[in-house]
Amino acid sequence: MGATKQVTDASFADDVLMSDKPVIVDFWAEWCGPCKMIAPILEQIASENDGVVVAKLNVDENPHTAASYGITSIPTMNVYQGGQIVKTIIGAKPKAALLADLAPYL
Amino acid sequence: MSEIRNVIIVGSGPAGYTAAVYAARAQLAPLVFEGSVTAGGALMNTTEVENFPGFTDGIMGPQLMEQIRAQAVRFGAELITDDIVSMDLSGDVKTVVDGAGTTHQARAVILAMGSAYRELGLPNEKRLSGHGVSWCATCDGFFFRGQDIAVVGGGDSAIEEATFLTRFADTVTLVHRRDSLRASKIMQERAFANDKLRFAWNSTVEDVVGDDKVSGIVLTDTVTGASRELPVTGLFVAIGHDPRSELVKGQVDLDDEGYVVVQGRSTATNVDGVFACGDLVDHTYRQAITAAGSGCAAALDAERFLASSE
Repeated sequence: MGATKQVTDASFADDVLMSDKPVIVDFWAEWCGPCKMIAPILEQIASENDGVVVAKLNVDENPHTAASYGITSIPTMNVYQGGQIVKTIIGAKPKAALLADLAPYL
Repeated sequence: MSEIRNVIIVGSGPAGYTAAVYAARAQLAPLVFEGSVTAGGALMNTTEVENFPGFTDGIMGPQLMEQIRAQAVRFGAELITDDIVSMDLSGDVKTVVDGAGTTHQARAVILAMGSAYRELGLPNEKRLSGHGVSWCATCDGFFFRGQDIAVVGGGDSAIEEATFLTRFADTVTLVHRRDSLRASKIMQERAFANDKLRFAWNSTVEDVVGDDKVSGIVLTDTVTGASRELPVTGLFVAIGHDPRSELVKGQVDLDDEGYVVVQGRSTATNVDGVFACGDLVDHTYRQAITAAGSGCAAALDAERFLASSE
């Protein structure tokens, strides 16, 4: 609950794949305009939802994880549950649309 | 119901933010709906803007937007990072409803919703969107390091994207349906001098190929009608934009292409108290500086309208 969590190539298995709660991972980078637009919305979702972890992975600093999941477009938001991807959202969307996509995991 | 404001500005970008600067300095206390994911407008997806006067060494698009936004805030504009989902522009008091469901009222409305990128309209383009098909070179170019990719389009944005993408890709093939470019001369010269850039002239993209990610595109030669497959792992679409006028359709006059029609050199629409600026209006110039200029004009037109109706 509260803020988003920074995850890295090194911490991805522990923080995301082994998590008890579903984890929304935002694949982002400093140079991506739409990523910046969506960042405050994800902060809100993190602070408003207890049952889910909202994590951020910087693809510039952590290329391995992004490559292993075949990310070719950012922002991409993958939802992981029990170590598996259960939902993929590609591209920035308004908060209401994001919440509708994420509803089963919140 | 909230108070009745002087002016509500719908949209941001150079047009909306400049309108906000002028309206705020005129003490109209403008309320600006920036858009929830479109805040900052089209320039948020660009890199270096080299032709905005005053920035001798260029400025990054998002940085330019941040600065005009901050300038509007400095003079008292109120900015809300949300969308407007419906509007009623008739009558003396206009109402708009935001994404949270709250209704806001004003005596004047400035429309600055800009434009949205155009799609090719191919079923496989949609299916492979985010899996090799992209509309944002600055966002996604990074993922195509050392690969062969294509850009479709022939205007300034297409050349800018193609040139930018050569930083990452091995080769970038620019696919254009004509045999010459619409882009400005300086962009063309830069493109022709770039040895990573190839050109597929007189060609249209007929299909995008790939199971779970892009493996190629099918091109048709517009002169001979011949088809060929170009093996690429990415396709960046830069074929232009369409005005975001759906919200005001049926309320203000639009032209055949959906642009809001304004009267003469003003920003006045056919509805009293409703003004329009930026890419929503402009099919001719579509530059950051012309959008900013028309945003200024819209704020001045709104100011005069409010003064004359008092």
